[in-house]
Amino acid sequence: MTTATRTIEELANREYQYGFVTDVEAETVPKGLNEEVVRLISEKKREPEWLLEWRLKAYRTWLAMTEPTWQNVRYPAIDYQDIIYYSAPKKKPTLNSLDEVDPEIRATFEKLGIPLEEQKLFAGVAVDAVFDSVSVATTFRTKLAEMGIIFCSFSDAVQEHPDLVRKYLGTVVPYSDNFFATLNSAVFSDGSFAYIPKGVRCPMELSTYFRINARNTGQFERTLIIADEGAHVSYLEGCTAPMRDENQLHAAVVELVALDNATIKYSTIQNWYPGDKQGKGGIFNFVTKRGKAAGVNSKITWTQVETGSAITWKYPGCILLGDHSIGEFYSVATTNNWQQADTGTKMIHIGRNTKSTIVSKGISAGHGQNTYRGMVKIGKQAHGARNYSQCDSLLIGDQCGAHTFPYLEIKNTSARVEHEASTSKIDEDQIFYCRQRGLSTEDAVNLIVSGFCREVFRELPMEFAVEAQKLLSVSLEGSVG
Amino acid sequence: MTMLEIHNLHVRVGGKPILQGIDLCVNAGEVHAIMGPNGSGKSTLARALSGHPDYQVTEGEVSYEGRDLLAMDPEERARDGVFMAFQYPVEIPGVNNAYFLKAALNAIRTHRGQEELDAIEFMALMREKSTLLEIDPSMLTRSVNEGFSGGEKKRNEIFQMAVLEPKLAILDETDSGLDIDALKLVANGVNAMRSPERAIIVVTHYQRLLDYIVPDVVHVLSGGRIVKSGDRALALELEDKGYGWLEPEAAAAAPAAKA
Ligand SMILES: Nc1ncnc2c1ncn2[C@@H]1O[C@H](COP(=O)(O)OP(=O)(O)OP(=O)(O)O)[C@@H](O)[C@H]1O
Ligand SMILES: [Mg+2]
Repeated sequence: MTTATRTIEELANREYQYGFVTDVEAETVPKGLNEEVVRLISEKKREPEWLLEWRLKAYRTWLAMTEPTWQNVRYPAIDYQDIIYYSAPKKKPTLNSLDEVDPEIRATFEKLGIPLEEQKLFAGVAVDAVFDSVSVATTFRTKLAEMGIIFCSFSDAVQEHPDLVRKYLGTVVPYSDNFFATLNSAVFSDGSFAYIPKGVRCPMELSTYFRINARNTGQFERTLIIADEGAHVSYLEGCTAPMRDENQLHAAVVELVALDNATIKYSTIQNWYPGDKQGKGGIFNFVTKRGKAAGVNSKITWTQVETGSAITWKYPGCILLGDHSIGEFYSVATTNNWQQADTGTKMIHIGRNTKSTIVSKGISAGHGQNTYRGMVKIGKQAHGARNYSQCDSLLIGDQCGAHTFPYLEIKNTSARVEHEASTSKIDEDQIFYCRQRGLSTEDAVNLIVSGFCREVFRELPMEFAVEAQKLLSVSLEGSVG
Repeated sequence: MTMLEIHNLHVRVGGKPILQGIDLCVNAGEVHAIMGPNGSGKSTLARALSGHPDYQVTEGEVSYEGRDLLAMDPEERARDGVFMAFQYPVEIPGVNNAYFLKAALNAIRTHRGQEELDAIEFMALMREKSTLLEIDPSMLTRSVNEGFSGGEKKRNEIFQMAVLEPKLAILDETDSGLDIDALKLVANGVNAMRSPERAIIVVTHYQRLLDYIVPDVVHVLSGGRIVKSGDRALALELEDKGYGWLEPEAAAAAPAAKA
């Protein structure tokens, strides 16, 4: 068998393998949320006054908001006063060199397969690692700086490039956007920042690895990526968390800005702890991701492989403002055991001749519930806009569910919108065919599922496609008896 | 040496009894042809031998190389050398044909204690076997059977057999839907596999195939039983007379048949 298939086989017999806890001394703020906590976070991060004001505006707006209920997921009420909003490894939070990273944290990331020592990194990926609330190391920073590329933690960006941050922060996802994004705007702790200057093609994949470690902690990271005119960047995001019986909240915000002729490719492999087989524990993942294709011919591609979390609520979208701009969304979402996912995209066509493509693959197994929710909005001025959507669902077993909610809003008669949808069950005859050729049932399922997801996997950078395939097989483990 | 010995095999599908006492003995090195009217149970026999979970054995024994075949999972049977060319090969969208075959071959090799083939060795093997069957290389990079014509699917089955080199091959109507040239190619492919260590069972409706793949024994399956066995001449006789004349014999072979 190929190494990929063999790894799948090995992994298929394992439980969630990222479920360990690292013992590091953490500096936390008291449990609960109030204006004091917001000020404390801002103070700890030595933020400028304008940012504190922004946070406070968000906090006050949030107080008047109610949690959304339209999504097709069920979960116990979240007690927002029972969450710790800031937790940072105690050792020096801002680091100049990788040698200063706490050895325990370094060991954690190594366990996760993210070696922070630059020499060990496979060439071509620069990594920013976020542990609980704080970014602990960014590799290749100097090399990138020579090209004018800024890639650092969000906190460092606030200190070192405040003008850029101030110019773009909240321009794609305003602080008042929605309940979870607004909460994030008030209490976000860290995240990644990237700026690719005019005409520069980023020579390596930029990558952030998020890890929730501390108990009762929410993770609220914020990422901002700006591709200036003619710039190109490919960005990857990975996430894991320890196994815990209680649910943990993750409410992140990602904003992308692509100026004229710029391209941003944003790929996510989301593998937060999904909870156990009985549905106990797991991450509540409420995330707002949006890109603004602001310039002419700009392009934003979201690719996501969502295998983890007890609850996934995210709709990475594109605002297609520039004429001829392009938005793409490729998604694989799996729900096994008691996982629930309500995910999809929003494509908002404003400019002329804008184009969007949506390919969504939902896989449900066990008691998993998988909902695709997508919106395509074509504005009055969006002459010649085009959208193609394809939503396929695959069911494994008969206790799970797949749901599709496509919303269309078309205000320009020259627009062309196509939607295709399918729901299928994993075919016993396909499994038998594979077994007759010598493959185990497990391998057969993995093969069929990865075939089902192929159009999405091929959008991922090579090494991540392999990783994604492995995760998929792990998350579907035990789904076929 | 006896490779496959079927004794009094009864099989039910969807609650319905289909095979009603099959006895068949196939030795290594032999080619057996199974003929018989539509719905007589030929594919049922092939599927039961390869372990399809919907085919429930209610009575009888099957030994394969001295082992209890019925106790083995389908993949174990495959890894131990049982291959079935499907009457209706299944499509697996998005899964590359070559990748699929490599996974299968390496599963079998691992089981045999052989080293897995790497990409280069595998490609060389593919080239060799695809030349034999005149398989268009583009078929290897397409998804398994997806969008293949009926004839291409059948050729792909034989191609897989050539790569996997089974000990016992069961070909279920591989000749149906093939044009004359493809039929000869497939027959050549099968003949190239004939060896003293290998047994082949061909299910067919057409005696023409048996001009190319000359069988040692011909059986007629009717009403879930083997009602007549003979040499090649039997196939010619069948072509001439059809199956009707065998019916009294079928009835005689099944005195206890209940309506
Ligand atoms: N899953 C099933 N449920 C119910 N009946 C079935 C099922 N599969 C097969 N049968 C029945 O079993 C009988 C034998 O079918 P089988 O496919 O073995 O015939 P065959 O001899 O291969 O015919 P053909 O020459 O047409 O290929 C048929 O009457 C068929 O309808
Ligand atoms: Mg048949």
